[in-house]
Amino acid sequence: MIREGFRSIRTHSLMSFATVTIIMACLIIMGSVALLSVNINVLIRDMEDQNEVVAFVEDEIEDEEQAKAIGNDILALDNVSSVDFISRAQAMENYMSKYDKSLMEGIDETVFRHRFVIHLTDITDMAKTDDAIRGVPGILKVRDHLEYANTFIKIRNIVSVVALVLMVILVLVSMFIMSNTIKLATFSRREEIAIMKMVGASNGFIRLPFVVEGLVLGLLGGGLGFLAQWGLYNLVTGSLVESLTGSIITVVSFRSLALPILIVYLGIGVVIGVFGGINAIRNYLKV
Amino acid sequence: MVRFEKVKMTYDSSGTLALDGVDLNVDEGEFVFLVGPSGSGKTSLMKLITGEVRADSGKVIVNDFDMMKIRRRKLPKMRRTLGVVFQDYRLIENMNVYDNVAFAMRVVGAPAREIRKRVPYVLELVGLEGREKRLPSELSGGEQQRVAIARALVNNPRMIVADEPTGNLDPVRSLELMLLFEKINEMGTTVLVVTHEKELVNALAKRVITIDEGHVISDGMDGYYSYEIQ
Repeated sequence: MIREGFRSIRTHSLMSFATVTIIMACLIIMGSVALLSVNINVLIRDMEDQNEVVAFVEDEIEDEEQAKAIGNDILALDNVSSVDFISRAQAMENYMSKYDKSLMEGIDETVFRHRFVIHLTDITDMAKTDDAIRGVPGILKVRDHLEYANTFIKIRNIVSVVALVLMVILVLVSMFIMSNTIKLATFSRREEIAIMKMVGASNGFIRLPFVVEGLVLGLLGGGLGFLAQWGLYNLVTGSLVESLTGSIITVVSFRSLALPILIVYLGIGVVIGVFGGINAIRNYLKV
Repeated sequence: MVRFEKVKMTYDSSGTLALDGVDLNVDEGEFVFLVGPSGSGKTSLMKLITGEVRADSGKVIVNDFDMMKIRRRKLPKMRRTLGVVFQDYRLIENMNVYDNVAFAMRVVGAPAREIRKRVPYVLELVGLEGREKRLPSELSGGEQQRVAIARALVNNPRMIVADEPTGNLDPVRSLELMLLFEKINEMGTTVLVVTHEKELVNALAKRVITIDEGHVISDGMDGYYSYEIQ
């Protein structure tokens, strides 16, 4: 009976291929979104850990000593644990060490501002402290990672909603295609099914080969989807890391998430497969 | 054993009355012919017995199962007490004779050892020893029907129901087949045969139930086929 399931996959190879492909596509879209969310979450957490605020000094204050003096005013504020002054020259040096030096030709340090890197005691009050720093005379603007974090959270939320809708549609589509593939098998074996019914085979028994077929296709889709996801993820993150070396973006390695992803993929494959199989044969079992 | 009491049945699609108050009683161990013209309700009656359809009203008891109340889940259990034979044999074309018969045991979950013992015995009973490896397409019509009978018998049913089993066979093969049914009946199995063939029915001299337009019009032990085909 189990062998029947495998035989049927071979006989309807084109439909089987379509089924596996659609399951793969469904899983990859879902997985990509999930991985994006995981990465954004990690980023957000990193930023919160850094609890770092950068305050830029107004352009008019060119003298280094004069600028440095503002630091004392900042240190006097509530919730500020430390203030480090970074001059224009240092800022340019930091920047150049991160990026290709050839880009910086003809640019002098005056494009950079004097700045302070400020660490906070309590990150939850970051917004309030930011306002206070902005109020210090000579400070032009304040940049904290919370702004980025909020943007990332927004992106993540939008991506999640879109992904959820896409996923529901794709799961339904894959179940439908799965059902059709297996219906072909039930059609070519309807005589056999009728005979099985006549001699008193239980519905579960008759269903078995079709459930096996669905299960195998589902597992195949899940497994291949997992491998494709792995390749895709490494490709995308590889080029991302290359182009953004040293920036605030860090990526989670696929390896650390591989096991849960594999389990979820196979699980979804199994669910789509088994339900597709049961659905396909339902009509034949009514007699 | 079959018991019908005031059974009424209409076809869902057209609303035509297929059976109109049929009373019928076939006891354990009997051999009964069910005869009647096309459209008389024979097939509906058969389908009620095998549980493929349900009656609108009345009482249908088959091998102690109340077919009016039976749950769908219980149908397989009920069908294991029946052996069904069709006019067109309904063998699985890509399975050989042995596997066609063994298939019926496998699908009800019989142990392999029992299958190996029982299948050759039944094949010998229907006169097909030495034909185990043949495919259905390599057999004559009569032989194919014997395979179907072996398959119906292999799970040791209480009753064999045959729907026009000789419809595709010549008179000599038909008589041989009827004698085989008689032999099976003598071994204790109830046999119900639906047929058109007057000569066969009269030759065997068994109980004959005649049905027409949804009514039982005669039921006699004299083995006489009282309905004249126009």
